[in-house]
Amino acid sequence: MALELRSISKQIGSFSVSDLSLRVEEAEYFVLLGPSGVGKTVILEMIAGLLTPDDGDVYWDGANVTRLPPDRRGFAIVYQDYQLFPHLTVRQNILYGLQARHYSRSEAYERAETTAELLGITPLLDQYPAVLSGGEQQRTALARALVLTPPLLLLDEPLSALDLRIRRQLRQELKQLRRASRATFVHVTHDIEEAFVLGERVAVMLEGRIRQIATPYQLSHTPSDREVADFLELGNVFAVDSCAGEVCRVGDIRFHTGGCIEATRFIWIRPEEIVLSRTSCEGAVRNHFNGRIEDWELRNVLFKVTVSVDGLRLAVLVNHACFSQLNAETGGEVYVSFSPSAVHCF
Amino acid sequence: MLFFIVAPLVRLTLSTSTGSLASALADREVRQSLWLTLRAAAFATFVSVFLGVPLAYLLARTRFPGRAVVQGLVDLPIMVPHAAAGIALLTIIGRDSLIQRLASPFALRFVGEELGIAMAMAYVSVPFLVNAAREGFEAIPERLEKVARTLGASPWRVFLTISLSMSWRAILSGMTLMWGRGISEFGAVIIIAYHPMTAPILVFQRFTDFGLAFARPVAVLLILVCVAGFAALRFISRSTQADRYGP
Repeated sequence: MALELRSISKQIGSFSVSDLSLRVEEAEYFVLLGPSGVGKTVILEMIAGLLTPDDGDVYWDGANVTRLPPDRRGFAIVYQDYQLFPHLTVRQNILYGLQARHYSRSEAYERAETTAELLGITPLLDQYPAVLSGGEQQRTALARALVLTPPLLLLDEPLSALDLRIRRQLRQELKQLRRASRATFVHVTHDIEEAFVLGERVAVMLEGRIRQIATPYQLSHTPSDREVADFLELGNVFAVDSCAGEVCRVGDIRFHTGGCIEATRFIWIRPEEIVLSRTSCEGAVRNHFNGRIEDWELRNVLFKVTVSVDGLRLAVLVNHACFSQLNAETGGEVYVSFSPSAVHCF
Repeated sequence: MLFFIVAPLVRLTLSTSTGSLASALADREVRQSLWLTLRAAAFATFVSVFLGVPLAYLLARTRFPGRAVVQGLVDLPIMVPHAAAGIALLTIIGRDSLIQRLASPFALRFVGEELGIAMAMAYVSVPFLVNAAREGFEAIPERLEKVARTLGASPWRVFLTISLSMSWRAILSGMTLMWGRGISEFGAVIIIAYHPMTAPILVFQRFTDFGLAFARPVAVLLILVCVAGFAALRFISRSTQADRYGP
């Protein structure tokens, strides 16, 4: 039961999606990643049947469902702002879909209880949404959707409104829920970390177009182009002036690469594969340069040091031990080394 | 401002003796006209709900060309002087009008009849209902309705269980306003029907024919009935709100 979008186009006001195609496999956790305002929600709503594409078709399990109304598709959607029915209790919210689908009273209540237990909201069943915390509201919204055992669950920035701790916790729960439910999840987010943690495959969407669909590993190793690399905040992406053999030139600097071709337009140097030292080790490593520390900052447990090499700003990630050995001070001289395999070409 | 609103009502009510109120209530003509007024306004409101609420929903939820014009038309009766509205209405439902001729075989008459009074009341007061209901629907996030659709509810079920059950307070308050506005209508009603006499017309007639002393008790009764109805509905909608949405 795969989901397929074939050449979908949609224009709403100033926003547009054009000629969008993608395929999501059965029971896959698929993430649509892109900055806010590129129309990710519109795509979800077209899948759900809440919006009709101007052009193109939506296929589910091989059947064209483009004109099928949302109540007959059976896909559930969970929005960023939960959209719980404020005039109904948590229990009534969860029961809503079961009642709409004419489940018997006893079965509906039993299912609601089981799902509430799964999401840890049993004590809240008789509360109204207004008194719940953000995390509790999102759990209720998930329960209301999952109680129907939808074959496809659409998640529109489901964690964005939550604080970091709850977000991390719910992230793990979403992973487990996906495994337990065997449903296909399509998750929309602008959060790179979230996409990489949850997605089995991630589609990067920029300016109304899908630029790359790949596993998180592939994305972080071989971004398809500069915009994708920039959006993923990979750092150290440089436009090359020329490439010959395995050497690419950026301004006056020659980089030894892990296999570039003449058509290479950009190189990307992995920030964590660069080594900083106080003393020169010329000859030991193929890429070895002298630079000055411009700036440094603490990023979680690592330090991000910005080094200027002939005017080129390199971001370098180093651990605490390395950083303290470096005795780093702004303006201080430093040596930068990395192997050709740290340089990716595209 | 509040003083300006409240003072005349309080002064009028307090300066009227309970004896004169009782004798006014004992007057059959007064009782009949009060009852006629309440009934006609309630009938006008009741019928308008079935036409006005769907229109309000349409205005709140759909974007169609000419929507602003439709909204303007809905507000028009508020702006038109009510006596003029009554004259205009007369051209539609008057004795020689097409509508009257079509209605005649069913023994329906408008001019000088309760039905005509209700129509005059509806004409000038229905914007209050439509606008209140529209604002009620607009306050409901559209996504709530979308979510309900994906959960398997048909459009009709969504309308009943989400849109209507979340906005009934707004609709009820619109109905109260419309009813109250209908009761107080003078200009349009007097054109359509001087007889049977509604309470505002009776107040006017007693004032011009017999003077202030005779008009006063009827006016006070009218005010008391309206305030009571208004307070009751307010109370119902407020207490239910507290129950449902928690602290």
